[in-house]
Amino acid sequence: MNVSLDFHALLPELLLTATVLGVLIVDLLPVRKQWTAVVGLVGLFAAFVPLLTLGFCDSLAFCEETAVRSMFGGSYVIDTFSLVLKGLFLASAFLAVLISAGYLERGRFWEGEYYFLLLCSVLGAVVMASSRGLVTMFVALELVTGPTFLLAGWRKGNARSNEAALKFFIVGVLSASVLLFGMSLVYGTTGELTFSGIREAIVGFELADPGFSDLPLLNIAVLFTLLGFAFKIAAVPFHFWTPDTYEGAPTPVTAYLSVVSKAAGFVGLLVVSYQAFATLRSIWGPALWILAAASMTIGNLSALRQDNIVRMLGYSSIAQGGFILAPFGAAVSSGVTGAQLEDAFFATVTYLLIYAFMNLGAFAVVIATAKRIGSVDVNDWGGLYQYAPGLAGLTMIFFFSLAGIPPLAGWFAKLVMFRSLIGVGNWGIALAVIAAVNSVVAFVYYARVVKAAWFDPVPEDVLTGEARSAYVAPTLGLAMGIAAAVVVVVGIFPAVLSELGEMTKVFVAGF
Amino acid sequence: MIINQFLILGAALFSIGVYGVLARRNAVLVLLSVELMLAAVNINLVAFDRYLQDSIAGGQIFALFVITVAAAEVGIGLAIVLLIFRNRKSANVDELDLMKL
Repeated sequence: MNVSLDFHALLPELLLTATVLGVLIVDLLPVRKQWTAVVGLVGLFAAFVPLLTLGFCDSLAFCEETAVRSMFGGSYVIDTFSLVLKGLFLASAFLAVLISAGYLERGRFWEGEYYFLLLCSVLGAVVMASSRGLVTMFVALELVTGPTFLLAGWRKGNARSNEAALKFFIVGVLSASVLLFGMSLVYGTTGELTFSGIREAIVGFELADPGFSDLPLLNIAVLFTLLGFAFKIAAVPFHFWTPDTYEGAPTPVTAYLSVVSKAAGFVGLLVVSYQAFATLRSIWGPALWILAAASMTIGNLSALRQDNIVRMLGYSSIAQGGFILAPFGAAVSSGVTGAQLEDAFFATVTYLLIYAFMNLGAFAVVIATAKRIGSVDVNDWGGLYQYAPGLAGLTMIFFFSLAGIPPLAGWFAKLVMFRSLIGVGNWGIALAVIAAVNSVVAFVYYARVVKAAWFDPVPEDVLTGEARSAYVAPTLGLAMGIAAAVVVVVGIFPAVLSELGEMTKVFVAGF
Repeated sequence: MIINQFLILGAALFSIGVYGVLARRNAVLVLLSVELMLAAVNINLVAFDRYLQDSIAGGQIFALFVITVAAAEVGIGLAIVLLIFRNRKSANVDELDLMKL
């Protein structure tokens, strides 16, 4: 087998690997530990540049034009879908590092190791976007989740943080084992490791036996594989680890988990189901439909009764995961093809892009406010407007965006989701009704936080004024500023992000 | 080559592992049970590889990756268990109930 490497296409991964090693080296040097964060930020930014040169390859003189760059026998592919998602991972990781910087410095945590592990996990997510084979995908998935087990327990002396890490770890390895068992059966039934090979093998079964629809082993294989990913994206009923892990882990890690790690799970799920199991949609389509409906309903109803805002955002991210799953679960259940399927795919990717920024922003506000008043209880947030108007304003932007109120980015995400759901027949309309009810339920608890911040009186036991420092770490301020700018600009000019969503449509063109 | 007996062994081992993860209370034994599940996957992969006469030995290569990653995961898991044991003087997973609903 001839192995030829396309170094231009691999440049983001190579730069990120260099950054990971760079962070380790800087950690050894006798300089202030903050430099590790700086190296991480510069590396993430540098890794973003080759994504642009690859994306605009046809208008660049030095760039060798190839439509789809494929390596390692087709198990590593760089197309527009993977480029867009890699961009999302790098941008979210950039924000996550900014959010972490002030938090770590204050808590005297182990900064060098923290950024090392965080960037390793980002590298896994970036590899995940390109992996088109069972082995590549498995290694990428483990690279994403492995470091996050340790990050969840980063507050070593804190019992809750320890508990979060162990719960996350046990569920993580359990789901990885189930996923692997499914993958081993997929390999056994098809004899292939690359997704394109698996798809061709399944088409071959159908040609050989036209009535083929129930090779039992293959059904089990598909369901086990999807179940493994359902754990990663915290879809109901595989969600129970999420609230505990989110509450116990350091909040910047929670922000990272709820965006990058979750998005990596979604990317894996999309790639496996569309590429490998394309012709078995009658098995996994309804399964995803049920997961979507259950996730939004259970997630939202559980979020309603939470007073702890981090836990509320944990349940909210389960519910948002349901909204992200909804378009393609419904489209595939209805068996649509062509333009409608592309629309569903577009809706899912666009929702994922917008969700990343608004959720990171919401967590950044929670971190800033928690530092100010020392509490993440929604009742203690009363009267935030009176002593921290900036934070109260940002709270309104991010929580109303999560609720889907115009003119913030969240409404566009909801719009494309509903548009795609209504266009695909009865399965879609049923799910649209569930989603509509859920949007109203979700508004109740998002609005509760905003109401507390703007209208409630300041609780007596919350120290305000001079007693608490109003200092917000500049990096955290920058992160909130970037996220708020994206949420507002995308809400007013959705074309900015929807162009990126459009570019990924080619991914399902041959479905 | 008869593949059934290998698959049955793999499935049985996997089921014992799942039972162990759910029923065992000591965190170290939970880790061991996870290892059983991963061992079941390796048996499956290697058995399928021989059965299919794979020309590039894909199943065996996959199994090597699984072994490597499993070793790394156990390292992470033991680190976390050790941390918990230091703080609580117990590695009983049932006692980890600080956070509920």
